Amino acid sequence: MAWDYIIQGFSEAIKLIDDPYVIEIALRSIKVSGMATLIAVVWSLPLSVLLGLRDFPGKWLVKTLINGLMGVPTVIWGLVLYLMFVPLGPLGSLGLLYTEMGISIGQALLITPIIMSIVVSSLESIEGEIRELALTLGADEIRASLQVVRESIGGIVLAIIAAFNRAISELGIALMIGGNIYVKGGVYNTRVLTTAIQMYTVRAEVSIAIALGIILMGIVLTVNLLSNFVRKWLA
Amino acid sequence: MNKKIKLLALLVFLFVGFSYGCISNTNTSTTSTVSEKPKVLTISTTTSLYDTGILENVVAPIFKEKYNIELRFIPKGTGGAILDAKSGASDAILVHALSKEQAFMEEGYGVNRKVFAYNFFVIVGPKDDPAGIRGLSVTEALKKIVEYGRAHPDQLVWVSRDDGSGTNTKEIALWKNAGFEFEALKNESWFGTTGSGMGNTLLYTSERNAYTLSDIGTYLKYQKEGKINLDVLVDKGEELINVYAIIIINPEKIPGKDFEGAMLLAEWLTSEEGQKAIAEYGKDEFGRPLFYPAVPVLKSQEGDVFKWILKYGFMKDGDKYTECPEKFRYKPTYDFFEFPASVVEG
Repeated sequence: MAWDYIIQGFSEAIKLIDDPYVIEIALRSIKVSGMATLIAVVWSLPLSVLLGLRDFPGKWLVKTLINGLMGVPTVIWGLVLYLMFVPLGPLGSLGLLYTEMGISIGQALLITPIIMSIVVSSLESIEGEIRELALTLGADEIRASLQVVRESIGGIVLAIIAAFNRAISELGIALMIGGNIYVKGGVYNTRVLTTAIQMYTVRAEVSIAIALGIILMGIVLTVNLLSNFVRKWLA
Repeated sequence: MNKKIKLLALLVFLFVGFSYGCISNTNTSTTSTVSEKPKVLTISTTTSLYDTGILENVVAPIFKEKYNIELRFIPKGTGGAILDAKSGASDAILVHALSKEQAFMEEGYGVNRKVFAYNFFVIVGPKDDPAGIRGLSVTEALKKIVEYGRAHPDQLVWVSRDDGSGTNTKEIALWKNAGFEFEALKNESWFGTTGSGMGNTLLYTSERNAYTLSDIGTYLKYQKEGKINLDVLVDKGEELINVYAIIIINPEKIPGKDFEGAMLLAEWLTSEEGQKAIAEYGKDEFGRPLFYPAVPVLKSQEGDVFKWILKYGFMKDGDKYTECPEKFRYKPTYDFFEFPASVVEG
Protein backbone atom coordinates (compact mmCIF):
# COMPACT_ATOMS: atom_id res chain seq x y z
CA MET A 1 0.00 0.00 0.00
CA ALA A 2 2.62 2.47 1.11
CA TRP A 3 4.77 1.82 -1.95
CA ASP A 4 1.92 1.97 -4.42
CA TYR A 5 1.80 5.67 -4.89
CA ILE A 6 5.57 5.94 -5.21
CA ILE A 7 5.63 3.25 -7.90
CA GLN A 8 2.72 4.94 -9.63
CA GLY A 9 4.53 8.26 -9.35
CA PHE A 10 7.59 6.76 -11.01
CA SER A 11 5.66 5.20 -13.85
CA GLU A 12 3.87 8.49 -14.53
CA ALA A 13 7.17 10.34 -14.20
CA ILE A 14 8.72 8.31 -17.02
CA LYS A 15 5.96 9.55 -19.34
CA LEU A 16 6.48 13.12 -18.21
CA ILE A 17 10.21 13.27 -18.86
CA ASP A 18 9.89 14.40 -22.46
CA ASP A 19 7.02 16.75 -21.70
CA PRO A 20 7.85 20.17 -23.23
CA TYR A 21 7.14 21.90 -19.91
CA VAL A 22 9.59 19.65 -18.06
CA ILE A 23 12.21 20.08 -20.78
CA GLU A 24 11.81 23.85 -20.65
CA ILE A 25 12.43 23.91 -16.91
CA ALA A 26 15.44 21.61 -17.23
CA LEU A 27 16.95 23.76 -19.96
CA ARG A 28 16.39 26.89 -17.91
CA SER A 29 18.23 25.28 -15.00
CA ILE A 30 21.21 24.49 -17.20
CA LYS A 31 21.13 27.93 -18.75
CA VAL A 32 20.89 29.84 -15.47
CA SER A 33 23.54 27.79 -13.68
CA GLY A 34 25.79 27.66 -16.75
CA MET A 35 25.60 31.45 -16.89
CA ALA A 36 26.39 31.61 -13.18
CA THR A 37 29.44 29.38 -13.73
CA LEU A 38 30.67 31.54 -16.63
CA ILE A 39 30.31 34.73 -14.59
CA ALA A 40 32.02 33.18 -11.59
CA VAL A 41 34.90 31.86 -13.72
CA VAL A 42 35.45 35.26 -15.30
CA TRP A 43 36.07 36.96 -11.98
CA SER A 44 37.48 34.03 -9.98
CA LEU A 45 40.29 32.91 -12.26
CA PRO A 46 42.32 36.14 -12.37
CA LEU A 47 41.87 36.57 -8.63
CA SER A 48 42.89 32.98 -7.96
CA VAL A 49 46.02 33.33 -10.11
CA LEU A 50 46.98 36.46 -8.19
CA LEU A 51 46.35 34.72 -4.92
CA GLY A 52 48.10 31.50 -5.88
CA LEU A 53 51.22 32.98 -7.44
CA ARG A 54 51.85 36.17 -5.49
CA ASP A 55 52.91 36.69 -1.93
CA PHE A 56 51.64 39.70 -0.09
CA PRO A 57 50.99 40.61 3.54
CA GLY A 58 47.60 39.44 4.75
CA LYS A 59 47.38 36.67 2.17
CA TRP A 60 46.44 34.08 4.79
CA LEU A 61 43.58 36.35 5.86
CA VAL A 62 42.15 36.46 2.35
CA LYS A 63 42.42 32.69 2.08
CA THR A 64 40.72 32.20 5.42
CA LEU A 65 37.95 34.53 4.30
CA ILE A 66 37.39 32.57 1.08
CA ASN A 67 37.27 29.29 2.94
CA GLY A 68 34.84 30.85 5.39
CA LEU A 69 32.59 32.05 2.56
CA MET A 70 32.29 28.47 1.34
CA GLY A 71 30.22 27.77 4.42
CA VAL A 72 27.61 30.47 3.90
CA PRO A 73 24.22 28.72 3.59
CA THR A 74 22.26 29.41 0.42
CA VAL A 75 19.32 30.84 2.36
CA ILE A 76 21.61 33.47 3.80
CA TRP A 77 22.73 34.38 0.28
CA GLY A 78 19.05 34.46 -0.65
CA LEU A 79 18.18 36.74 2.24
CA VAL A 80 21.10 39.13 1.70
CA LEU A 81 20.56 39.32 -2.05
CA TYR A 82 16.81 39.84 -1.63
CA LEU A 83 17.50 42.83 0.59
CA MET A 84 20.02 44.11 -1.96
CA PHE A 85 17.99 43.50 -5.11
CA VAL A 86 14.57 44.62 -3.92
CA PRO A 87 13.76 47.80 -5.90
CA LEU A 88 14.11 50.07 -2.89
CA GLY A 89 17.32 48.31 -1.81
CA PRO A 90 20.86 49.48 -2.59
CA LEU A 91 21.06 47.48 -5.86
CA GLY A 92 17.38 47.84 -6.72
CA SER A 93 18.05 49.91 -9.80
CA LEU A 94 19.64 46.89 -11.52
CA GLY A 95 16.21 45.26 -11.73
CA LEU A 96 17.55 41.81 -10.87
CA LEU A 97 14.86 40.59 -8.46
CA TYR A 98 12.67 37.82 -9.90
CA THR A 99 14.81 37.44 -13.03
CA GLU A 100 16.98 34.65 -14.46
CA MET A 101 19.99 36.97 -14.38
CA GLY A 102 19.35 37.63 -10.69
CA ILE A 103 19.58 33.91 -9.96
CA SER A 104 22.75 33.65 -12.08
CA ILE A 105 24.47 36.48 -10.23
CA GLY A 106 23.44 35.02 -6.88
CA GLN A 107 24.68 31.55 -7.77
CA ALA A 108 27.89 33.03 -9.18
CA LEU A 109 28.56 34.61 -5.78
CA LEU A 110 27.78 31.31 -4.10
CA ILE A 111 30.25 29.30 -6.18
CA THR A 112 33.06 31.87 -6.37
CA PRO A 113 34.72 30.67 -3.14
CA ILE A 114 34.48 27.05 -4.34
CA ILE A 115 36.27 27.80 -7.60
CA MET A 116 38.85 29.99 -5.91
CA SER A 117 39.81 27.59 -3.17
CA ILE A 118 40.24 24.64 -5.56
CA VAL A 119 42.19 26.66 -8.12
CA VAL A 120 44.42 28.34 -5.55
CA SER A 121 45.36 25.06 -3.89
CA SER A 122 46.09 23.37 -7.22
CA LEU A 123 48.24 26.34 -8.28
CA GLU A 124 50.15 26.25 -5.01
CA SER A 125 50.79 22.51 -5.19
CA ILE A 126 52.44 22.91 -8.59
CA GLU A 127 53.98 26.32 -8.28
CA GLY A 128 57.32 25.65 -6.53
CA GLU A 129 58.91 23.09 -8.80
CA ILE A 130 57.51 24.28 -12.13
CA ARG A 131 58.42 27.88 -11.53
CA GLU A 132 61.97 26.92 -10.54
CA LEU A 133 62.28 24.75 -13.61
CA ALA A 134 60.95 27.41 -15.95
CA LEU A 135 63.21 30.04 -14.48
CA THR A 136 66.32 27.85 -14.79
CA LEU A 137 65.37 27.17 -18.41
CA GLY A 138 65.54 30.93 -18.96
CA ALA A 139 61.88 31.97 -18.89
CA ASP A 140 61.02 35.34 -17.41
CA GLU A 141 58.67 35.78 -14.44
CA ILE A 142 55.49 36.15 -16.50
CA ARG A 143 56.18 33.16 -18.70
CA ALA A 144 57.03 31.09 -15.68
CA SER A 145 53.70 32.01 -14.10
CA LEU A 146 51.86 31.16 -17.31
CA GLN A 147 53.55 27.79 -17.32
CA VAL A 148 52.27 27.17 -13.79
CA VAL A 149 48.71 28.04 -14.82
CA ARG A 150 48.97 25.75 -17.83
CA GLU A 151 50.15 22.87 -15.68
CA SER A 152 47.24 23.24 -13.26
CA ILE A 153 44.58 23.30 -15.95
CA GLY A 154 43.17 20.03 -14.63
CA GLY A 155 42.49 21.60 -11.26
CA ILE A 156 40.76 24.52 -12.96
CA VAL A 157 38.48 22.21 -14.95
CA LEU A 158 37.61 20.26 -11.80
CA ALA A 159 36.79 23.50 -10.01
CA ILE A 160 34.47 24.62 -12.80
CA ILE A 161 32.64 21.28 -12.84
CA ALA A 162 32.21 21.22 -9.06
CA ALA A 163 30.94 24.80 -9.16
CA PHE A 164 28.37 24.09 -11.85
CA ASN A 165 27.05 21.13 -9.89
CA ARG A 166 26.75 23.23 -6.77
CA ALA A 167 24.90 25.96 -8.63
CA ILE A 168 22.39 23.74 -10.39
CA SER A 169 21.50 21.87 -7.22
CA GLU A 170 20.97 24.81 -4.88
CA LEU A 171 17.47 25.89 -3.90
CA GLY A 172 17.71 28.91 -1.61
CA ILE A 173 18.86 31.53 -4.10
CA ALA A 174 16.75 30.21 -6.97
CA LEU A 175 13.65 30.39 -4.79
CA MET A 176 14.19 33.70 -3.02
CA ILE A 177 15.69 35.68 -5.90
CA GLY A 178 13.98 33.88 -8.78
CA GLY A 179 10.56 33.50 -7.21
CA ASN A 180 9.65 30.33 -9.17
CA ILE A 181 7.66 32.32 -11.72
CA TYR A 182 5.96 30.53 -14.56
CA VAL A 183 3.56 31.73 -17.22
CA LYS A 184 2.96 29.57 -20.27
CA GLY A 185 5.11 30.86 -23.11
CA GLY A 186 6.44 33.57 -20.84
CA VAL A 187 9.66 35.45 -21.39
CA TYR A 188 10.17 36.30 -17.73
CA ASN A 189 9.87 32.83 -16.26
CA THR A 190 12.26 31.85 -13.49
CA ARG A 191 11.08 28.36 -12.60
CA VAL A 192 14.08 26.02 -12.48
CA LEU A 193 14.43 22.34 -11.52
CA THR A 194 15.02 22.83 -7.80
CA THR A 195 12.20 25.33 -7.25
CA ALA A 196 9.80 23.26 -9.34
CA ILE A 197 10.63 20.09 -7.38
CA GLN A 198 10.07 21.95 -4.11
CA MET A 199 6.74 23.34 -5.32
CA TYR A 200 5.34 20.08 -6.69
CA THR A 201 6.39 18.15 -3.61
CA VAL A 202 4.62 20.62 -1.36
CA ARG A 203 1.58 20.50 -3.60
CA ALA A 204 1.70 16.70 -3.43
CA GLU A 205 1.97 16.39 -7.22
CA VAL A 206 4.39 13.55 -6.87
CA SER A 207 4.83 12.31 -10.43
CA ILE A 208 5.99 15.57 -11.94
CA ALA A 209 8.27 16.15 -8.95
CA ILE A 210 9.85 12.75 -9.54
CA ALA A 211 10.24 13.43 -13.28
CA LEU A 212 12.05 16.68 -12.55
CA GLY A 213 14.10 14.96 -9.86
CA ILE A 214 15.24 12.26 -12.28
CA ILE A 215 16.38 14.93 -14.72
CA LEU A 216 18.24 16.89 -12.06
CA MET A 217 20.00 13.74 -10.88
CA GLY A 218 20.79 12.91 -14.49
CA ILE A 219 22.46 16.27 -15.03
CA VAL A 220 24.43 16.10 -11.80
CA LEU A 221 25.60 12.53 -12.44
CA THR A 222 26.58 13.30 -16.03
CA VAL A 223 28.65 16.24 -14.90
CA ASN A 224 30.21 14.08 -12.20
CA LEU A 225 31.14 11.43 -14.75
CA LEU A 226 32.73 14.16 -16.80
CA SER A 227 34.72 15.22 -13.77
CA ASN A 228 35.92 11.65 -13.18
CA PHE A 229 36.93 11.44 -16.82
CA VAL A 230 38.96 14.64 -16.41
CA ARG A 231 40.58 13.25 -13.26
CA LYS A 232 41.60 10.04 -15.05
CA TRP A 233 42.98 11.94 -17.97
CA LEU A 234 45.06 14.02 -15.63
CA ALA A 235 46.52 10.99 -13.86
CA MET B 1 50.71 18.71 -23.01
CA ASN B 2 49.42 19.71 -26.42
CA LYS B 3 47.00 16.82 -26.44
CA LYS B 4 45.66 17.99 -23.07
CA ILE B 5 45.10 21.49 -24.35
CA LYS B 6 43.23 20.19 -27.36
CA LEU B 7 41.03 17.99 -25.23
CA LEU B 8 40.33 20.85 -22.90
CA ALA B 9 39.44 23.09 -25.81
CA LEU B 10 37.04 20.44 -27.00
CA LEU B 11 35.42 20.22 -23.57
CA VAL B 12 35.05 23.97 -23.29
CA PHE B 13 33.66 24.10 -26.81
CA LEU B 14 31.11 21.42 -25.94
CA PHE B 15 30.06 23.19 -22.75
CA VAL B 16 29.69 26.59 -24.38
CA GLY B 17 27.85 25.12 -27.35
CA PHE B 18 25.54 23.23 -25.03
CA SER B 19 24.79 26.29 -22.93
CA TYR B 20 24.23 28.38 -26.02
CA GLY B 21 21.84 25.80 -27.40
CA CYS B 22 19.91 25.91 -24.15
CA ILE B 23 19.79 29.67 -24.07
CA SER B 24 18.36 29.93 -27.55
CA ASN B 25 15.88 27.18 -26.72
CA THR B 26 14.32 28.30 -23.46
CA ASN B 27 12.65 31.31 -24.95
CA THR B 28 10.52 29.39 -27.39
CA SER B 29 7.40 31.35 -26.65
CA THR B 30 4.15 30.37 -28.27
CA THR B 31 3.99 33.63 -30.14
CA SER B 32 7.45 33.61 -31.64
CA THR B 33 6.33 36.16 -34.20
CA VAL B 34 6.54 38.85 -31.54
CA SER B 35 10.15 39.86 -31.83
CA GLU B 36 10.20 42.38 -29.02
CA LYS B 37 9.86 41.40 -25.38
CA PRO B 38 6.38 41.89 -23.99
CA LYS B 39 5.96 44.27 -21.08
CA VAL B 40 5.87 42.64 -17.70
CA LEU B 41 3.67 43.36 -14.69
CA THR B 42 4.71 42.06 -11.29
CA ILE B 43 1.74 41.12 -9.16
CA SER B 44 2.15 40.03 -5.55
CA THR B 45 -0.72 37.73 -4.77
CA THR B 46 -2.17 35.75 -1.89
CA THR B 47 -1.38 32.05 -1.95
CA SER B 48 -5.05 31.07 -1.84
CA LEU B 49 -5.58 32.58 -5.29
CA TYR B 50 -2.28 31.27 -6.61
CA ASP B 51 -2.56 27.69 -5.34
CA THR B 52 -5.84 27.13 -7.17
CA GLY B 53 -4.07 27.81 -10.46
CA ILE B 54 -6.56 30.42 -11.66
CA LEU B 55 -3.88 33.08 -12.13
CA GLU B 56 -1.38 31.05 -14.13
CA ASN B 57 -3.91 29.07 -16.13
CA VAL B 58 -6.62 31.62 -16.83
CA VAL B 59 -5.74 35.23 -16.07
CA ALA B 60 -2.17 35.33 -17.39
CA PRO B 61 -2.76 33.71 -20.81
CA ILE B 62 -5.85 35.81 -21.61
CA PHE B 63 -4.17 39.01 -20.46
CA LYS B 64 -1.08 38.28 -22.52
CA GLU B 65 -3.11 37.60 -25.63
CA LYS B 66 -5.19 40.72 -25.17
CA TYR B 67 -2.55 43.30 -24.25
CA ASN B 68 0.78 41.53 -24.86
CA ILE B 69 1.63 42.13 -21.21
CA GLU B 70 3.11 39.25 -19.28
CA LEU B 71 1.99 38.80 -15.68
CA ARG B 72 4.54 37.76 -13.12
CA PHE B 73 2.82 36.41 -10.05
CA ILE B 74 4.71 36.28 -6.77
CA PRO B 75 2.74 34.09 -4.39
CA LYS B 76 3.01 35.28 -0.80
CA GLY B 77 0.54 35.69 2.01
CA THR B 78 -1.27 39.00 2.13
CA GLY B 79 1.30 40.25 4.65
CA GLY B 80 4.21 39.21 2.44
CA ALA B 81 2.53 40.67 -0.63
CA ILE B 82 2.17 44.00 1.13
CA LEU B 83 5.84 43.97 2.20
CA ASP B 84 6.86 43.15 -1.38
CA ALA B 85 4.78 46.06 -2.64
CA LYS B 86 6.21 48.49 -0.08
CA SER B 87 9.75 47.65 -1.10
CA GLY B 88 8.84 48.36 -4.70
CA ALA B 89 8.79 44.85 -6.12
CA SER B 90 5.26 44.85 -7.50
CA ASP B 91 2.90 46.93 -9.64
CA ALA B 92 -0.28 45.74 -7.96
CA ILE B 93 -1.37 43.35 -5.22
CA LEU B 94 -4.20 40.82 -5.00
CA VAL B 95 -5.25 40.52 -1.38
CA HIS B 96 -8.07 39.54 0.97
CA ALA B 97 -7.56 41.12 4.37
CA LEU B 98 -9.56 44.31 4.79
CA SER B 99 -7.78 45.62 7.88
CA LYS B 100 -4.35 45.19 6.30
CA GLU B 101 -5.52 46.66 3.01
CA GLN B 102 -6.83 49.70 4.82
CA ALA B 103 -3.52 50.21 6.64
CA PHE B 104 -1.62 49.76 3.37
CA MET B 105 -3.71 52.46 1.70
CA GLU B 106 -3.61 54.79 4.71
CA GLU B 107 0.19 54.73 4.47
CA GLY B 108 -0.16 55.99 0.93
CA TYR B 109 1.09 52.92 -0.92
CA GLY B 110 -2.12 51.76 -2.55
CA VAL B 111 -4.77 53.37 -4.73
CA ASN B 112 -7.87 52.53 -6.80
CA ARG B 113 -8.89 49.39 -4.93
CA LYS B 114 -11.37 47.14 -6.75
CA VAL B 115 -13.23 44.14 -5.35
CA PHE B 116 -13.31 41.39 -8.00
CA ALA B 117 -14.20 38.06 -6.41
CA TYR B 118 -15.43 36.36 -3.27
CA ASN B 119 -15.88 32.92 -1.81
CA PHE B 120 -16.08 31.53 1.70
CA PHE B 121 -13.77 30.34 4.40
CA VAL B 122 -14.54 26.95 5.91
CA ILE B 123 -13.41 25.08 8.99
CA VAL B 124 -12.24 21.67 7.85
CA GLY B 125 -11.31 18.64 9.91
CA PRO B 126 -11.28 14.86 10.11
CA LYS B 127 -14.37 12.95 8.97
CA ASP B 128 -15.05 11.47 12.39
CA ASP B 129 -14.99 14.98 13.91
CA PRO B 130 -13.74 14.12 17.42
CA ALA B 131 -14.42 17.64 18.72
CA GLY B 132 -18.03 17.48 17.50
CA ILE B 133 -18.25 20.78 15.62
CA ARG B 134 -20.12 19.70 12.49
CA GLY B 135 -22.80 22.22 11.55
CA LEU B 136 -22.22 24.58 14.47
CA SER B 137 -21.78 28.33 14.19
CA VAL B 138 -18.20 29.52 13.89
CA THR B 139 -17.99 30.83 17.47
CA GLU B 140 -19.49 27.67 18.94
CA ALA B 141 -17.20 25.49 16.87
CA LEU B 142 -14.06 27.34 17.95
CA LYS B 143 -15.08 27.11 21.60
CA LYS B 144 -15.56 23.38 21.18
CA ILE B 145 -12.14 23.04 19.57
CA VAL B 146 -10.43 24.84 22.45
CA GLU B 147 -12.30 22.67 24.93
CA TYR B 148 -11.30 19.50 23.10
CA GLY B 149 -7.73 20.70 22.69
CA ARG B 150 -7.28 21.50 26.35
CA ALA B 151 -8.67 18.08 27.22
CA HIS B 152 -6.17 16.44 24.87
CA PRO B 153 -2.98 18.45 25.36
CA ASP B 154 -0.82 15.73 23.83
CA GLN B 155 -2.63 15.84 20.47
CA LEU B 156 -2.41 18.30 17.62
CA VAL B 157 -5.97 19.58 17.32
CA TRP B 158 -5.78 22.88 15.46
CA VAL B 159 -3.36 23.98 12.73
CA SER B 160 -2.87 27.67 12.04
CA ARG B 161 -1.05 29.20 9.07
CA ASP B 162 0.40 31.95 11.24
CA ASP B 163 2.01 33.60 8.20
CA GLY B 164 0.33 37.00 8.20
CA SER B 165 -1.84 35.98 5.27
CA GLY B 166 -5.44 37.03 4.68
CA THR B 167 -6.69 33.65 5.87
CA ASN B 168 -4.59 33.98 8.99
CA THR B 169 -5.89 37.51 9.58
CA LYS B 170 -9.44 36.15 9.32
CA GLU B 171 -8.59 33.32 11.70
CA ILE B 172 -7.27 35.74 14.33
CA ALA B 173 -10.47 37.79 14.05
CA LEU B 174 -12.62 34.67 14.40
CA TRP B 175 -10.74 33.58 17.54
CA LYS B 176 -11.25 37.06 18.94
CA ASN B 177 -14.99 36.87 18.28
CA ALA B 178 -15.08 33.59 20.13
CA GLY B 179 -13.30 35.21 23.07
CA PHE B 180 -9.75 33.91 22.62
CA GLU B 181 -6.42 35.62 22.08
CA PHE B 182 -4.57 34.08 19.14
CA GLU B 183 -1.14 34.90 20.59
CA ALA B 184 -2.03 33.14 23.84
CA LEU B 185 -3.47 30.10 22.07
CA LYS B 186 -0.23 29.66 20.13
CA ASN B 187 1.48 28.69 23.37
CA GLU B 188 -0.86 25.79 24.04
CA SER B 189 0.39 22.35 23.15
CA TRP B 190 -2.57 21.27 20.98
CA PHE B 191 -2.27 24.34 18.76
CA GLY B 192 0.18 24.03 15.84
CA THR B 193 1.43 26.53 13.27
CA THR B 194 2.97 25.96 9.82
CA GLY B 195 4.07 29.43 8.75
CA SER B 196 3.40 28.50 5.14
CA GLY B 197 0.78 28.72 2.41
CA MET B 198 -2.74 27.31 2.31
CA GLY B 199 -1.96 24.21 0.27
CA ASN B 200 0.90 23.16 2.47
CA THR B 201 -1.13 23.77 5.62
CA LEU B 202 -4.01 21.62 4.35
CA LEU B 203 -1.64 18.75 3.58
CA TYR B 204 -0.19 18.94 7.06
CA THR B 205 -3.61 19.18 8.71
CA SER B 206 -4.82 16.14 6.82
CA GLU B 207 -1.68 14.22 7.68
CA ARG B 208 -2.18 14.92 11.39
CA ASN B 209 -5.97 14.54 11.49
CA ALA B 210 -6.43 18.04 12.84
CA TYR B 211 -8.72 21.03 12.17
CA THR B 212 -7.90 24.21 10.31
CA LEU B 213 -9.45 27.25 8.65
CA SER B 214 -9.16 27.22 4.85
CA ASP B 215 -10.50 29.13 1.91
CA ILE B 216 -12.96 26.94 0.03
CA GLY B 217 -11.08 27.21 -3.28
CA THR B 218 -7.82 25.63 -2.18
CA TYR B 219 -9.71 23.06 -0.09
CA LEU B 220 -11.85 21.92 -3.03
CA LYS B 221 -8.89 21.65 -5.35
CA TYR B 222 -6.87 19.55 -2.93
CA GLN B 223 -9.77 17.39 -1.83
CA LYS B 224 -10.81 16.71 -5.43
CA GLU B 225 -7.30 15.71 -6.39
CA GLY B 226 -7.21 13.27 -3.48
CA LYS B 227 -4.31 14.97 -1.75
CA ILE B 228 -6.17 15.50 1.51
CA ASN B 229 -8.88 13.73 3.41
CA LEU B 230 -10.80 16.38 5.33
CA ASP B 231 -14.46 17.31 5.62
CA VAL B 232 -16.02 20.75 5.56
CA LEU B 233 -17.50 20.95 9.05
CA VAL B 234 -18.40 24.63 9.45
CA ASP B 235 -19.41 26.78 6.50
CA LYS B 236 -22.30 28.87 7.79
CA GLY B 237 -22.09 32.45 8.90
CA GLU B 238 -21.55 35.82 7.36
CA GLU B 239 -18.19 36.27 9.07
CA LEU B 240 -16.81 33.48 6.87
CA ILE B 241 -17.10 35.49 3.67
CA ASN B 242 -13.79 35.99 1.89
CA VAL B 243 -13.50 39.05 -0.36
CA TYR B 244 -10.66 39.46 -2.88
CA ALA B 245 -9.52 42.87 -4.08
CA ILE B 246 -6.83 44.29 -6.33
CA ILE B 247 -4.93 47.37 -5.16
CA ILE B 248 -2.76 49.40 -7.52
CA ILE B 249 0.57 50.72 -6.26
CA ASN B 250 0.56 54.49 -5.90
CA PRO B 251 2.98 55.82 -8.55
CA GLU B 252 3.51 58.99 -6.50
CA LYS B 253 4.80 56.95 -3.57
CA ILE B 254 6.86 54.39 -5.45
CA PRO B 255 8.06 55.77 -8.79
CA GLY B 256 8.89 53.60 -11.75
CA LYS B 257 5.91 51.28 -11.42
CA ASP B 258 3.69 50.43 -14.35
CA PHE B 259 0.54 52.22 -13.21
CA GLU B 260 -1.25 51.99 -16.57
CA GLY B 261 -0.61 48.28 -16.91
CA ALA B 262 -1.83 47.59 -13.39
CA MET B 263 -4.96 49.66 -14.05
CA LEU B 264 -5.60 47.58 -17.16
CA LEU B 265 -5.47 44.43 -15.06
CA ALA B 266 -7.91 45.83 -12.48
CA GLU B 267 -10.18 46.88 -15.31
CA TRP B 268 -10.03 43.48 -16.97
CA LEU B 269 -10.62 41.56 -13.72
CA THR B 270 -13.82 43.52 -13.09
CA SER B 271 -14.93 43.55 -16.74
CA GLU B 272 -17.61 41.21 -17.99
CA GLU B 273 -15.00 38.99 -19.61
CA GLY B 274 -12.85 38.79 -16.49
CA GLN B 275 -15.82 38.14 -14.22
CA LYS B 276 -16.96 35.36 -16.53
CA ALA B 277 -13.51 33.77 -16.47
CA ILE B 278 -13.57 33.82 -12.66
CA ALA B 279 -17.06 32.30 -12.55
CA GLU B 280 -16.12 29.51 -14.95
CA TYR B 281 -12.86 28.45 -13.34
CA GLY B 282 -13.02 25.02 -11.78
CA LYS B 283 -16.63 24.30 -12.78
CA ASP B 284 -15.73 21.37 -14.99
CA GLU B 285 -13.09 20.01 -12.72
CA PHE B 286 -14.69 20.41 -9.30
CA GLY B 287 -18.36 20.59 -10.15
CA ARG B 288 -18.57 24.08 -8.71
CA PRO B 289 -16.65 27.31 -9.15
CA LEU B 290 -13.78 28.02 -6.77
CA PHE B 291 -14.47 31.76 -6.80
CA TYR B 292 -17.58 33.81 -7.40
CA PRO B 293 -17.51 37.04 -9.41
CA ALA B 294 -18.28 40.00 -7.13
CA VAL B 295 -19.39 42.58 -9.70
CA PRO B 296 -22.79 41.01 -10.61
CA VAL B 297 -23.69 40.81 -6.90
CA LEU B 298 -22.73 44.44 -6.34
CA LYS B 299 -24.74 45.46 -9.40
CA SER B 300 -27.84 43.59 -8.28
CA GLN B 301 -27.66 45.05 -4.73
CA GLU B 302 -29.73 42.17 -3.42
CA GLY B 303 -29.40 39.29 -1.05
CA ASP B 304 -27.38 38.41 2.02
CA VAL B 305 -24.12 38.02 0.15
CA PHE B 306 -24.35 41.60 -1.11
CA LYS B 307 -24.60 42.85 2.48
CA TRP B 308 -21.78 40.61 3.63
CA ILE B 309 -19.43 41.79 0.89
CA LEU B 310 -20.11 45.36 1.97
CA LYS B 311 -19.67 44.57 5.63
CA TYR B 312 -16.49 42.51 5.30
CA GLY B 313 -14.96 43.71 2.03
CA PHE B 314 -15.79 47.40 1.75
CA MET B 315 -14.32 50.36 3.58
CA LYS B 316 -16.43 52.71 5.62
CA ASP B 317 -16.03 56.28 4.46
CA GLY B 318 -18.27 58.69 6.39
CA ASP B 319 -21.84 57.53 5.82
CA LYS B 320 -20.91 55.34 2.85
CA TYR B 321 -19.53 51.88 2.27
CA THR B 322 -17.08 52.03 -0.61
CA GLU B 323 -14.57 49.85 -2.43
CA CYS B 324 -12.09 52.66 -2.34
CA PRO B 325 -12.51 55.84 -0.29
CA GLU B 326 -12.27 59.15 -2.23
CA LYS B 327 -8.87 60.06 -0.81
CA PHE B 328 -7.32 56.87 -2.18
CA ARG B 329 -8.38 57.43 -5.77
CA TYR B 330 -5.67 58.39 -8.21
CA LYS B 331 -6.48 59.23 -11.84
CA PRO B 332 -9.10 56.49 -11.94
CA THR B 333 -10.11 55.07 -15.30
CA TYR B 334 -13.05 53.14 -13.86
CA ASP B 335 -15.91 53.70 -11.42
CA PHE B 336 -16.10 52.51 -7.84
CA PHE B 337 -19.04 50.87 -6.11
CA GLU B 338 -20.32 52.73 -3.10
CA PHE B 339 -23.54 52.47 -1.14
CA PRO B 340 -25.13 54.35 1.75
CA ALA B 341 -24.34 52.83 5.13
CA SER B 342 -28.04 52.25 5.75
CA VAL B 343 -27.92 49.35 3.27
CA VAL B 344 -25.80 47.37 5.71
CA GLU B 345 -26.84 48.77 9.04
CA GLY B 346 -30.38 49.80 8.22
